[in-house]
Amino acid sequence: MKDKNMILAGLVVFIVVITFPFWFNMGKAAPAPELELTAKAKAAKTCVMPTAFMTAEHMQLLDVWRHNVVRSGERMFVNADGKLFDMSLSNTCLDCHSNKEKFCDRCHDYASVDPYCWDCHIDNPKGE
Amino acid sequence: MNKNYMVSLIAVIVLFLIAYVGTQQGAGLQLVFGIIIPYLAVILFVVGFIRRVMGWSRSAVPFQITTTCGQQPSLPWFKQAKIDNPSSTFFVIIRMFLEIVCFRSLFRNSRMKLNGGTKLTYQLEIFLWVGALAFHYAFFTVVVRHLRFFTEPVPFFVTLLEKVDSFMRIEVLYDAIQSGLPGVYMSGLVLLAATLYLFLRRVLIPQVRYISLAADFFPLFLIMGIALSGIFMRYFTKVDIVAIKELTMGLVTFRPTIPEGVSGLFYAHMFLVSILLAYFPFSKLMHLAGIFLSPTRNMTGNTRQVRYVNPWNYPVKVHTYDEYEDDFREKMIDAGLPVVKMPEEQP
Ligand code: HEC
Ligand code: HEC
Ligand code: HEC
Repeated sequence: MKDKNMILAGLVVFIVVITFPFWFNMGKAAPAPELELTAKAKAAKTCVMPTAFMTAEHMQLLDVWRHNVVRSGERMFVNADGKLFDMSLSNTCLDCHSNKEKFCDRCHDYASVDPYCWDCHIDNPKGE
Repeated sequence: MNKNYMVSLIAVIVLFLIAYVGTQQGAGLQLVFGIIIPYLAVILFVVGFIRRVMGWSRSAVPFQITTTCGQQPSLPWFKQAKIDNPSSTFFVIIRMFLEIVCFRSLFRNSRMKLNGGTKLTYQLEIFLWVGALAFHYAFFTVVVRHLRFFTEPVPFFVTLLEKVDSFMRIEVLYDAIQSGLPGVYMSGLVLLAATLYLFLRRVLIPQVRYISLAADFFPLFLIMGIALSGIFMRYFTKVDIVAIKELTMGLVTFRPTIPEGVSGLFYAHMFLVSILLAYFPFSKLMHLAGIFLSPTRNMTGNTRQVRYVNPWNYPVKVHTYDEYEDDFREKMIDAGLPVVKMPEEQP
């Protein structure tokens, strides 16, 4: 009987632990974050690449940009529409998306990513 | 070719394809693979797990069958192996703890070999232990890390683990393969490599292959499929993580939704995880609970100090010699038989 109580106690602890996500979020709704576009972005209408690509692969794009600038010294990027962009994190991305807190950060907080880029790159080039 | 692993491999591939094809544009079974099956899988997991453990809790432990791996408590000048042959609950707990976090009994694995055809030798065979440790810890890390999809706000220990796990950065930038950001999670790669090792071990070592059944291969392939699809989504065919988190958060807050733009690969990934959860209570994977309930590890090795009584013993009515003598003392004395207790002389 002593063993049975121990087993029951262990089982209860196990169930409490594995149902953590259910009771941790109890009563909270967690909708996807709302992203705000700046006036400048709204005027531009499109991003560097199509939106679906940007949503999923912007980090990959940034990595290629970084590589091209730092390793090959190329600074110009031409997208599919033939538009020219300076391959720069702070000067291009944050030119349109100068509201980093309400754009990049909202998504990143939700997805629990913390890009280390801002250790070096300025995150508010316009000094707003 | 071995039918045991071919059957398992084909089963996993078919399961993957069912979910992948079922959630393509035309089929539109997102609701089934994104909401109904995950919920069913969790229910099956919890209920099945409880039933299995409660079943075990009812089974008999008639003997104290501790596996002793060292000197038992004896005369004071013999040094007792307190952990390997524990005689108190405290050391049993230490033994169990070390068994569960370090797999000590697996470390003792040895291989028997005939040297020069005549001389029998035993050698330490450490790879299974290394592979098992790598596998279990990588799996644990991966599971905890995935809590970032199931909690909002994400608790600090998940973020911390992510940081530690992704501190190595690998950049591959060819035209065919490009991967650099996001950072590489070591645990995912270790998990895949360790699973692959555990699989190859079963295929390449003849003795192990002989005792391997489809039930041994199926979970391995399932976990490989889960790891592979996860790695693919993260580094190669990128998915919309925010939409996916919307879906998973919908599940845990009981407000299920199917957001736009979630790829078939994700549904296939989640379907394989659901299968793993649902399959868990009915399979050898239940060693997760079984390890805690192994009588060879969780009992004390003190049979010489304390008598172990089978708790399921039928309460037999005994009639001791003392009671027998009480019943027949006068008659025994009359017959001249010796008695232990002489009746007191009546004054
Ligand atoms: C010319 C202005 C402009 C520049 C430069 C720009 N963006 Fe955008 N970006 C936009 C606009 C406009 C949208 C919204 C498109 C839409 O809603 O369809 C957008 C959307 C996005 C999205 C998708 C948001 C969502 O709703 O899922 C991401 C991610 C993003 N941008 C990242 C970046 C990054 C990273 C860079 C630098 C490489 C960058 N953007 C540069 C204008 C810009
Ligand atoms: C250790 C400091 C450091 C960190 C951290 C860092 N960078 Fe950079 N980055 C640099 C330097 C220095 C350059 C070169 C600037 C130049 O030549 O114009 C550069 C250049 C770049 C460029 C092209 C030039 C420009 O103006 O942006 C991109 C794109 C870039 N980095 C992206 C990133 C991203 C994305 C991250 C985060 C994942 C990151 N960097 C993190 C130091 C850093
Ligand atoms: C639609 C939501 C969204 C928006 C908007 C967004 N990101 Fe991201 N970003 C993500 C997600 C999700 C990841 C992580 C992917 C993962 O962990 O697999 C990520 C990862 C990154 C990474 C790689 C981080 C790492 O170290 O692993 C960088 C760099 C980055 N984002 C830059 C930006 C910048 C700069 C902006 C704003 C211009 C931005 N992102 C806007 C969702 C977003």
